[in-house]
Amino acid sequence: MNNKKNTADWGKYQKEIADDNYYYARSCIRQNFFPGSERTFLKILTQELGKTIYDDQNHTSCTGIGYHTDIVPFETSQTVVARQFSLVGDAGLENMAVSCVTSFGLYNEIVETWKEFPETEAKARENLKKATGREFQIPKNIAHTSDIIYKFREEIWNKRKYSLTNSLTGKPLKIVDHIGCHYAKVFPEKGVGGAEFPKVLSGMVKSWGGEIVDYPERRHCCGFGFRQYLVKANRGYSLSNTKKKLESMAPFQPDAIVANCPGCAMFMDKWQYVLSQMEGKTYGEAKLGIPVLTYEEMAGLVLGYNPWDMGLQMHQVDCEPLLKKMGYDYDPQAKYIGVDGKQIGLKTPVVML
Amino acid sequence: MELYNQLKSDVRFIEGLKSCMNCGVCTAICPAAEFFDYDPRVLMSVIQSKDNTQIEELLKSDTIWNCGQCMSCKTRCPRGNCPGLIISVLRKLSQEMGYFTESKKGRQQYAIVKAIGKTMLEHGYCVYPEIVVPAAHPEQGPVWEWVFNNKEAVYDRLGANLAMEGAGTLRKIATKNLAEIKAIFDQTGGTELFETIENFSRKKAKGMGMMKEDGKMDNYTEGLMNG
Repeated sequence: MNNKKNTADWGKYQKEIADDNYYYARSCIRQNFFPGSERTFLKILTQELGKTIYDDQNHTSCTGIGYHTDIVPFETSQTVVARQFSLVGDAGLENMAVSCVTSFGLYNEIVETWKEFPETEAKARENLKKATGREFQIPKNIAHTSDIIYKFREEIWNKRKYSLTNSLTGKPLKIVDHIGCHYAKVFPEKGVGGAEFPKVLSGMVKSWGGEIVDYPERRHCCGFGFRQYLVKANRGYSLSNTKKKLESMAPFQPDAIVANCPGCAMFMDKWQYVLSQMEGKTYGEAKLGIPVLTYEEMAGLVLGYNPWDMGLQMHQVDCEPLLKKMGYDYDPQAKYIGVDGKQIGLKTPVVML
Repeated sequence: MELYNQLKSDVRFIEGLKSCMNCGVCTAICPAAEFFDYDPRVLMSVIQSKDNTQIEELLKSDTIWNCGQCMSCKTRCPRGNCPGLIISVLRKLSQEMGYFTESKKGRQQYAIVKAIGKTMLEHGYCVYPEIVVPAAHPEQGPVWEWVFNNKEAVYDRLGANLAMEGAGTLRKIATKNLAEIKAIFDQTGGTELFETIENFSRKKAKGMGMMKEDGKMDNYTEGLMNG
């Protein structure tokens, strides 16, 4: 066996992730469905890791959902992204921390297109100048926010309050990792471990005491499909994809799913509810559903954060069974309490079923 | 111009179709091929034929609207092609030519412009809590309904800055920033594409007898969303 060759091959799957001084690019979907994850990410970076990250009020969507539903021309997306690069420069920064996987994929697609077809970059510069008077530099480093948590996973582990283990049995929790398609399927060299051996999430899970579930449909799309979810008539496609994954992972009895794409995390959570309603099938060992975490939430749990500060009450599949497995110290009574100390809404929502 | 040449004028076409040998690996990995009557291998074959009639038929069909844009095909193609990227070019041309209104799935583009296009220009992001109405999104379940009905309190609890000025999650995007985005759309053909989709859709709705005398086409839009 030629070990030297194998080592050289592995090198292709490594990527450079900036060490500090990031520009935060928020996500359309994460903001809506996982607002606590964005807060948790910023807290981990600034308070736990001592990093500098700029949260810019001038930032907007990259148009990614519009681009992949084909209502936004490529030239428009390139120019909107060029504006974002201009904002990074305005902030005096060179490194982007991108919360959305679709945005991350689109930034890579645009930068690579500009390299391959320099006339498209020239056109984007001209368009941006004419429309806004702005100029831009391409950022030195574009990382997905999961890359950054991966990079500092050992530092996070060193500050841990909990590990990803079952407190009763002492065994590692069995975690399914789901990587958003646009993270590395288009440009494998842009993702940690590439498209074949993505370790951005499995690296976190292993470092934090958990065990990765390797199941047949591990790399299958969650089924968002952009227009396939957004148009109600097409949603069966989205549901079918997630069902295929859930059926495939079910025999391995995972304790949780973790995703780096906000859309994937939302769909794999919500479609479990739909399947329970439509087919009467509830996944998970205890038939309570399989909790779906964002990697920010998973990191926050390792650090012992209040689950209700992170937004775990916004999940359709109840995360409390997972907290109990971990032996987590939390207040179940505070789950639906607002900042004023009062119950939010007239009644508490029904989780899972 | 022949349709093939029009496709070729898009850099993504050059990037996405180098030389396809029709091995079918893209179809094997494609989630849309699993759940729809869809075969990216055949699609690539039709395009490589350069046959104007066949390409026009494709642009008028449901076929091109089945792709879920996961781009799994890109990872697996032994020749580095990307049928998912070719789909984007086909959809662009289908919309520019007005062919999209000839298929049921193509017509859905009108509903997407009305939902996502509008939200992007009004709120600065593609999604905003108020558009995820529980009645239209039963799949979101009772927890989302609770969030939706108590938006201010829930987002406040989670440190968001819902509809307020300044930085933060779900903040109100300043007028000057929305104006920059609109100016970019005007400059780069984004606004024109919205109008093109709208104009062809109105013509189609009228032809289908689904436009009211006051110009409203609610039944047409509702039909697109609900199938």
